[in-house]
Amino acid sequence: MAAPPFQSFLDDHREPVLGFLRAMVGPVDADDCFQETFVAAMRGYARLNGDNPRAWVLTIARRKAIDHHRAAKRRPQPSDAIPEPAHGSPGGAPPGAGGGDPELWRAVRELPPKQRAAVALRYVTDLRYRDVARALDCSEEAARRSAHEGLKSLREAGAGDEGRTEWKDGQ
Amino acid sequence: MKEKNPIEESLRAGAGGGNAAAAAKRFALRAEDEGLVDVAYATLDTPVGELVLATTRNGLVRLALSGEEVDKVLAELAKDVSPRILELPARLDGARRELDEYFAGRRTRFEMSLDWRLVPAPFMKKVLKATARVPYGSTTTYGDVAVEAGSPRAYRAAGSALGSNPIPIVVPCHRVLRRGGEIGNYGGGPEMKRFLLELEGAID
Repeated sequence: MAAPPFQSFLDDHREPVLGFLRAMVGPVDADDCFQETFVAAMRGYARLNGDNPRAWVLTIARRKAIDHHRAAKRRPQPSDAIPEPAHGSPGGAPPGAGGGDPELWRAVRELPPKQRAAVALRYVTDLRYRDVARALDCSEEAARRSAHEGLKSLREAGAGDEGRTEWKDGQ
Repeated sequence: MKEKNPIEESLRAGAGGGNAAAAAKRFALRAEDEGLVDVAYATLDTPVGELVLATTRNGLVRLALSGEEVDKVLAELAKDVSPRILELPARLDGARRELDEYFAGRRTRFEMSLDWRLVPAPFMKKVLKATARVPYGSTTTYGDVAVEAGSPRAYRAAGSALGSNPIPIVVPCHRVLRRGGEIGNYGGGPEMKRFLLELEGAID
């Protein structure tokens, strides 16, 4: 079967890709990574063999997030130190990776890259472990382990508790 | 057994953040700048319903009448032209303007360039090109179009070529009638054909 029109591919995957990238690189830079991800996907669209487009595009997104981190490290401080919008800023969009608790998302971004990606793929984009493994290019067991370790670190950091009431307000 | 986990729930709730629709629109413009878009499409509201227009770099390749399902039209374009298709109304501004003017009665011929790649058969192409020369406000017959296309006896084949016209209205197959003036078939239905002919003043 021929690949579907790219427009429907974009419509189907834009939400999870943006959600994933916001968790990976934060709301400010997620948009750039989103553009890079879909440009790369459109360039390589002929190579999409159709069996799992979501895992495929999230694999690309993960690579773009890694590229972004490398570039950010090379960059001088100021451009990387753009502050997140303050919580509860009047009239603004909800802060954090997605209208959630900024503490939690900061903690997510402090996880080691593989744990962060596993947590984001499993929970933010709601992928099954089989597909998380594909996007991470590792075994299913390793994907599961990374996600669990990531969750554990988040729990230890108390990220889920402190901001919880605020998170509810933000909904 | 599943235990409730507030962190997991907060993570899931986070997925809705950001404006993916706006990001996707920005992406479409970027893809256009980088020359990645093989087929651009847009819709247009007209007195005969919503049309879908699709263009390649060469010109208008497809015009779908309101009875056609958009998803199906796009899936066919993906198969027959290229799957690198995006909705990019700006790429169709010229074609949309000409059609707007046509429906307002202010345009009697189209100047937009056409891409004939969905008409691979030489005879079909001849028939459609002959049809494209039929002037605004006049009509012809399947037989005359077959003559124009160089195959006087092939009027049935001419009829079927017109029936699969990928660019109706702009390639005015509605101006081709049965002998005796009977309105004949039309992709968008005979009422649409009658409407277009009335708009052009070809019939009362």
